[in-house]
Amino acid sequence: MTRAALSALLSHWRNNPLQLVMLLAGLALATALWSGVQALNAEARSAYGTAENLLSESGAARLEHPSGQIDQAEFARLRRAGWQVSPVIEGRAGLGTGRVTVLGIDPLSAEAGVGAALAAADLEGFFSGLGYAHPQTLDEIGPTDHPLRATQAVPVGTVLVDLSTADTLLRADGRITRLSVSPIQPDGLQPLEILAPELRLIAPEDGAELAGLTDSFHLNLTAFGLLAFAVGLFIVHSAVGLAFEQRRAMFRTLRALGLPLRSLTACLAGEMVLFALIAGAAGLGLGYLLASALLPDVALTLRGLYGAPVPGSLQFDPLWALAGLGMTLAGTALAGAQALWRLWHMPILAPAQPRAWAHASGRTMRLQAGVALALACLATGLALTGDGLIAGFTLLAATLLAAALAVPLVLAAVLVGAARLARAPVAQWFWADSRQNLPRLSLALMALMLALSANIGVGTMVASFRATFIDWLDLRLVAEVNVLPRSQSEAEALHAFLTPRADAILPMQRIDATLGGQPGQVYAMKDHATFRENWQLIEPVANVWDRLAAGEGVLVNEQLYRRAGLRPGTSMLDLPGIGALPVLGAYPDYGNPLAQAVLSLDRFDAAYPETPIRQFAIRTNDTPGLIASLQDDFGLLSTQITDQAQAKDLSLTIFERTFLITRALNVLTLSVAALALFAALVTLSGMRLAQLAPLWALGLTTRHLAALELGRALALGLLTMVFALPVGLLLAQVLLSVINVQAFGWRLPMQVFPADWARLGLWASAAVLAAAAIPALRLWRKGAAQLLRVFAHER
Amino acid sequence: MTALQLQDICKSFDTAEGRVEVLKSVSLTLEMGQSLALTGESGSGKSTLLHIAAGLEHPDSGRVMVGADDMTAMGDTQRARLRRGRVGLIFQQFNLIPSLNVAANLAFQARLAGVHDAPFVAELAERLGLAALMQRYPEQLSGGQQQRVAIGRCLAARPAIVLADEPTGNLDEATGDQVLDLMLQLTAEASTALLLVTHSARLAALCDSRVHLRAGQLAAAQ
Repeated sequence: MTRAALSALLSHWRNNPLQLVMLLAGLALATALWSGVQALNAEARSAYGTAENLLSESGAARLEHPSGQIDQAEFARLRRAGWQVSPVIEGRAGLGTGRVTVLGIDPLSAEAGVGAALAAADLEGFFSGLGYAHPQTLDEIGPTDHPLRATQAVPVGTVLVDLSTADTLLRADGRITRLSVSPIQPDGLQPLEILAPELRLIAPEDGAELAGLTDSFHLNLTAFGLLAFAVGLFIVHSAVGLAFEQRRAMFRTLRALGLPLRSLTACLAGEMVLFALIAGAAGLGLGYLLASALLPDVALTLRGLYGAPVPGSLQFDPLWALAGLGMTLAGTALAGAQALWRLWHMPILAPAQPRAWAHASGRTMRLQAGVALALACLATGLALTGDGLIAGFTLLAATLLAAALAVPLVLAAVLVGAARLARAPVAQWFWADSRQNLPRLSLALMALMLALSANIGVGTMVASFRATFIDWLDLRLVAEVNVLPRSQSEAEALHAFLTPRADAILPMQRIDATLGGQPGQVYAMKDHATFRENWQLIEPVANVWDRLAAGEGVLVNEQLYRRAGLRPGTSMLDLPGIGALPVLGAYPDYGNPLAQAVLSLDRFDAAYPETPIRQFAIRTNDTPGLIASLQDDFGLLSTQITDQAQAKDLSLTIFERTFLITRALNVLTLSVAALALFAALVTLSGMRLAQLAPLWALGLTTRHLAALELGRALALGLLTMVFALPVGLLLAQVLLSVINVQAFGWRLPMQVFPADWARLGLWASAAVLAAAAIPALRLWRKGAAQLLRVFAHER
Repeated sequence: MTALQLQDICKSFDTAEGRVEVLKSVSLTLEMGQSLALTGESGSGKSTLLHIAAGLEHPDSGRVMVGADDMTAMGDTQRARLRRGRVGLIFQQFNLIPSLNVAANLAFQARLAGVHDAPFVAELAERLGLAALMQRYPEQLSGGQQQRVAIGRCLAARPAIVLADEPTGNLDEATGDQVLDLMLQLTAEASTALLLVTHSARLAALCDSRVHLRAGQLAAAQ
């Protein structure tokens, strides 16, 4: 019995192959976008795990000096006192044709971890200079003077070597970067505060872990994946709903012939599971391809923004595949639940005529309006009182859903108004008929609205960010030349060399520190017009620059200012080795995930003596002459010099990469929405024949009807676009003033870009026309024969 | 004066069983003001002949003359224009425009043809018993009311010919008779030619003349 029933039910799809293709495509695309994003996230998180497990499996605490360097003697003293500490040297160095992070460990004292295990595999080789690196790193840097062995266990961009090899590569002069502290220590040790008061013990959870730093980035990706998944589910819901309507007569017949309701429902549920598995498998394949295509850019972004070592190639994880299939099944259940519920409650003798989707009824419209209103209230409440990233994303979701649910209501009102204003009979019919068919297209139009408003919102956010970022870069990167000394002695020599040749020499020194409970850095700032004239401060106190120069307080970056809720003039900030200092103002610091504080150079030198100079920013009015002199007379390598243009290019490249994935997902979401509209129009075109046939009989040509169908799709698309515009701007405002502040710690002014909207409008129109073209073309070319069949079927 | 002339109309279709000749050299003439019933069994080709007469379908051979115009020599756009202005169609399933109310449906074809005459439409509505239903939508009407709207829509454009395909096929006998009486009365008053396709001999008897289609050929004319 079940087999016969299944066979009857499945015959519907045999007769409507395009509908089946749309259902499977919608499901596969939804799965692909969601699982693609998940694959990216999983790959990145796995890479963070690799990085964190390299030195210790259990997460070791570390000892650091504010200057970033620890003397060998200090290490020896602690070991003699019984402390189980292990030295680590870490720094950036040129190797082969690239630059890598050199990580030097002492395998004999190192905590059990991946690094120690690698070294132990060939201890003799390791001691004599053998290093380990990710295969991708080896490809990137090419052949080197040092023997390197490939391993997946070392993060991309890092080379693991013995301490002495690292010392040579980094010219560390015997100075250790930090000491790794074993979690298990002998009893009765003298406390570190007494033994080494100048060293700071940093617990593993206090460090700037990559997973924590990059959380917002991954949350953004997940939100986009979820949006695309939701848009895909609109297609599925639409296709399942239509198939249900078309098979009402069959359901009635099957039940009249003795098939129990339970079996019928089970058959339909089974059918959905089957489709979900087929489409889910295809979607996983597509998702894997998508993630593979996007991963290199995501990896570059994560490396550029956070220094996160993410490889550019994707590994297959069976758990990811299972989770993706699970999501597809859950999505299908969600999309098909309404159809199954209606079947379960359908009386056996329910009318067999397909009626319009339930949305057509005034009751459903009222319900939809009620839900939209409730969501709008929730969004308003969250906007006024919400706090945190989750609240921010809930606000976004509620805003988008409320707007999506309002789409049919708004469009219905506009179409009714247009029908009233129309004078010509065809125009009158056009608007009235559009209103009547609105419920059948509403799901696709809601998906289109979601995609368009997401495009406008994210586009406005990115463009606003870009404009602000470029202005900010112009002010921030005013130094004509930057040079990177390789050692402190070279820095001193450079300073002496530059003094008669440059207008100003601005040294860059910094220490790592925990600021306001967050991982961060303290910088030294020389009092100079470069900063006074170009840095635009947020809430500065009076005479801020004079007070900073006098060492009376600190400037903090916007991230720290917002996250720690600091108020210039009243708040104090604790600095290691100094204590609490007044906060004098905040400065924008886009693209930096860390907290930052700026001290006057004198105050910094007094608090953190011997901190190496990492960079000089040089003001000059003869950039080419100075660069030539630095290379020819001083002997500086070209890789140690960057001019202003290079620095700006680098920053902009990182910026563009950061939003590359966002743009890609934007385009994909719009494509899915176009597909949803195409699916709705194609399936609707069959049902439309009965509505169009009388007009044809009354004297409208099929060409005229096809043009009207195209015009209707375009009009609905454009009306949706007009509605999406304020929603998108609202979305941008939420992104800029809520999500960005929560995720990154900076607030940006919103700017509007009407040219971008016009471009998006053209793209959306093209997508809508492309979606409507095939049904319209079919109506034009083969319409007469199909329309005639409407009259023939009357008997 | 001849309103419609069908000359040697042949039409065949490809089916699963091969090519089937539906109309075999059918000819008939309809004068202005004349009502002609076309009867026949199911599948005899009645509707196909009517569709050809309306220019909805092309014959394989033969000529369709509407007045002095050869419809078979016209392109799609010209045929549509002719249908709009000179031919009225009434269907079994009414085929009203569901998104427009009764008033808009009644005036639709006349406005499309550019011959809208509001007082005439109002008079038609009155005579068809639709005056109180003008703001209703087709789904809010009974079958008989819907068919009366379809007749009104057709006649409001003052066509030269009315082609009616089983116009009472979906109505009960009493309503059907009522609707048909009204249609015959109104077409006669307007001197409009009427070709009525029906399989009911009783209804056919109400027309001025009758032809019977059997196996694609006019079997007998009375």
